[in-house]
Amino acid sequence: MSTQKGATVIVVGGGVSGLSAAWWLARSGVDVLVLDKGIVGWEASGRNGGGASHFQSPLFAEEQRLWPMMDEMLGYSTEYQRGKLVLATTEGQLKHYRYMAETFCENGSPAHEIDLQEIRERVPMSGDNILGGVHLTIAGQANPQRTVQAYAWALQDLGGRIQQHTPVLRLVSEGGKVIGVETKDAILGCDSVVVAAGPQSAILLAGVGIDLPIASARAEMIVTEPAPMMGIGAVDGNGLYGRQTKRGNLAYGGGPHEWLDVGPMGPSVRPGSPLVRNLTKRLLGLFSKAGTLRVIRSWAGVIENTPDGRPVIDRIDNVTMITMSSVGFGLSPASGHAVRDLVMDGKCSFADLELLKLSRFDGLSPNWRAEKGWLSHAEPV
Amino acid sequence: MTDAKLVDRYSITNRFPSASQKADVVVIGAGPSGVAAAIAAAKGGASVLLVDENPVSSSLMGLDTPLYFGGRMTRAVDNKARMIEQIFASDPLLEAAFEAGVEVALGVYAWGAFQNGPGIAAMPEAAVGLADEERSWMVAYKQLILATGSRDLSLSFQGWDQPGVMGANGLHALIHRYDAFAGNEVLILGSSDLALNTAIMVVEAGLKVAALIEVRDQVQGDAGLAAKVRGHGIEILTGHVIVSASGGGGGGGVERTTVVPVAGGDSRTFTCDTICQAIGLVPAIELFNVLGGKLSVRTDLGGHVPQRTGLVGTSLANVLVAGDCAGLSPVDAAAHGEAAAALALAALAGQPLADEALAAATSLDAHAYHADWMAALMKVGDDSIVVCQCEEVTRGDLTAVRQPRYLGPPSKVAAKRDIQSLAADGPLNQDQFKRLTRACMGQCQARRCREQVALILAQSSNVPVAKVPLAGYRAPVRPLPMSVLAAHDEPYDMTSNWDVWFGIASQWVPYNDIGTEREAMHLEMLTDSQHI
Repeated sequence: MSTQKGATVIVVGGGVSGLSAAWWLARSGVDVLVLDKGIVGWEASGRNGGGASHFQSPLFAEEQRLWPMMDEMLGYSTEYQRGKLVLATTEGQLKHYRYMAETFCENGSPAHEIDLQEIRERVPMSGDNILGGVHLTIAGQANPQRTVQAYAWALQDLGGRIQQHTPVLRLVSEGGKVIGVETKDAILGCDSVVVAAGPQSAILLAGVGIDLPIASARAEMIVTEPAPMMGIGAVDGNGLYGRQTKRGNLAYGGGPHEWLDVGPMGPSVRPGSPLVRNLTKRLLGLFSKAGTLRVIRSWAGVIENTPDGRPVIDRIDNVTMITMSSVGFGLSPASGHAVRDLVMDGKCSFADLELLKLSRFDGLSPNWRAEKGWLSHAEPV
Repeated sequence: MTDAKLVDRYSITNRFPSASQKADVVVIGAGPSGVAAAIAAAKGGASVLLVDENPVSSSLMGLDTPLYFGGRMTRAVDNKARMIEQIFASDPLLEAAFEAGVEVALGVYAWGAFQNGPGIAAMPEAAVGLADEERSWMVAYKQLILATGSRDLSLSFQGWDQPGVMGANGLHALIHRYDAFAGNEVLILGSSDLALNTAIMVVEAGLKVAALIEVRDQVQGDAGLAAKVRGHGIEILTGHVIVSASGGGGGGGVERTTVVPVAGGDSRTFTCDTICQAIGLVPAIELFNVLGGKLSVRTDLGGHVPQRTGLVGTSLANVLVAGDCAGLSPVDAAAHGEAAAALALAALAGQPLADEALAAATSLDAHAYHADWMAALMKVGDDSIVVCQCEEVTRGDLTAVRQPRYLGPPSKVAAKRDIQSLAADGPLNQDQFKRLTRACMGQCQARRCREQVALILAQSSNVPVAKVPLAGYRAPVRPLPMSVLAAHDEPYDMTSNWDVWFGIASQWVPYNDIGTEREAMHLEMLTDSQHI
């Protein structure tokens, strides 16, 4: 097989984390090439709730700083909107949402409880079953499908390259150092590689002796026809995450997932299930006056998680890896920045990522999936 | 059942209850093949549920669901009880099905079908999702026979987005099944057997046919049928294409239609209150696609159709297809349904039968014919013509990959992007256009635009339409009100183990508290939580 010049940095995986990383690298003038097995943002990056409110992350401040500027920085619309109400229909939920608001405040983000009258005014579709709620004032949400394409186009506008329909079959190493990636047609050389291939990252990294413990699962969402605009995009709660799109549709998910075994080419199918009925029940609980609003679609995405549910953002020699452990979309402006820093400077310039290193899983039981009950019961996809 | 100790309590494993209703054989669709399948299966000793969505609610009819009704129904359709009587009266075979012991459910939508396979092991049994106007429920099946028929192909022209523009199946249903057609004079697009038979049906119903318009230079259908149509004094105008439909305003819809020769020349105007698009039908594969069955593109059978093992078998061992949903062909519908029932009965008895071999394909190339129409329509109509009525996406919006209007004008760089720049990055995918332009994202679930968007993408990027991947179907395949679809019967097990995300408490511990004494407090609060 011929070895060709690929790029200074090759990013494996054109999901939201890989695209953002490539875009940040291109902004710094780096010659970057993104390889994707299919179409950019086709997996979980384009199939999620669009939330951008992650107080738990060391990237939170950067996430919140960047989102309001992203349309301008990218040159394309992301449909970002700021603000979020979380509404409770049970005392248990209300207790948790209050705790969440407190945690937001402790982490530098204003949040407060709102009374029933304000809820009725701001969310006319909600009914008497709502017990209370909280307002997260700087949390936000965007349109995942528009955003992934925005990253891709913005990257191209900066001279970065994307090759779709080009699965990476393995990382090629020589003398303990990755020198390129193998595709169907050629080995593409590079100085360093970013592995951001979602569920397939573990398979690629295993080939160069790096053990990334992740397990993949399928999660589902539903969409309604357009509802009257609420003026605040992210109204969720009642066991759901989601948003009202700028078109008016309600797009919500939550609830049980199904653990899966995903092959090296990624999921071949993303089946739905009768869970659409349970999601609808909760959405109706959230907006009980909207019973006549029609559900018109559902979808499923396949996402990976680490054993502790926290990201791995790390660099080992010239291999930088990123898995956001099922919470990647909203943090992507910041995570791409962090990956850029790791690739170029070996260290994140704006946040401490020490606890997100892969080495925290040293000594992990090889049976960790079974011990957690995270094994797949389904035929592989 | 999996060992409960080793199962993540927040996963879907073991969470779905057993279906509230069960049948050996569920047949979806009570057209000629579905009814024949149901009767044959019942006579063979199986318990059979035959489901048909007709009469559909008048509000769904207004969304051209499931057929392209074009707003030309009378108020009679508002009375569902009367419509059920009318449907029984229109089809004596339904009575025969009852007598054979089939449970017949009319006015019931089949919105989903689910069984275990790649990527899903959560189903306690294979089941279809059903709904009426009040509630939804699941019905378990051992064998599923899909006899869901076909949809109308609809193409755009100036003025097509007004009452009076409809499809051949929709017109047939309103005249025969519903006795509720509100038009009088019909202009028909097409000249295949579908169009010719539609013309004869209209005349025999005592209504007028203004003319048949055929884009190609020859009549496409059977010569005998064409002679019969002409015998009624109806003109078949070949080499012509519709330019526009216009009305008097006020919501009454179409009053006149203008057509022109495809090669150029003088236009002609016809008076008509209805334009029936009888250009083609589309096999109704929604449920089969939701089930994950293998599809293939067969232009001789109407486009995307289930891959078959023979006459009725599919890639899914317990799912059979009969009638138009298997592919448009001249096969006898009732015999097709009976063949499906025979295989279902044999499988139930544990003695599977070999599927019969499929008859040789016809020479019809549906895609080429549809593409000829679309090309002519694009030639005589401009970029301002709306393709997706629900989302108001025009032909120009599609080829410019323009962001929806509610986002305002595109930025300078965004304005430079178009179908060619997307095509430069790889083969076009209709789902990608959905995401970016919103074409096919509306309430009608893309029934009015799915095929024509694929045709426009193919023509604008010079690839055969067969190469444009199918824009996938997802449950619910009928637009259903939240109050209907909601699982009001959700079991406690589902409710008490519901987490908004994966239920991994450590995922949400604030970074600065990891490894501190505060971490334990967070973990306690986050366990069993319904966090963001």
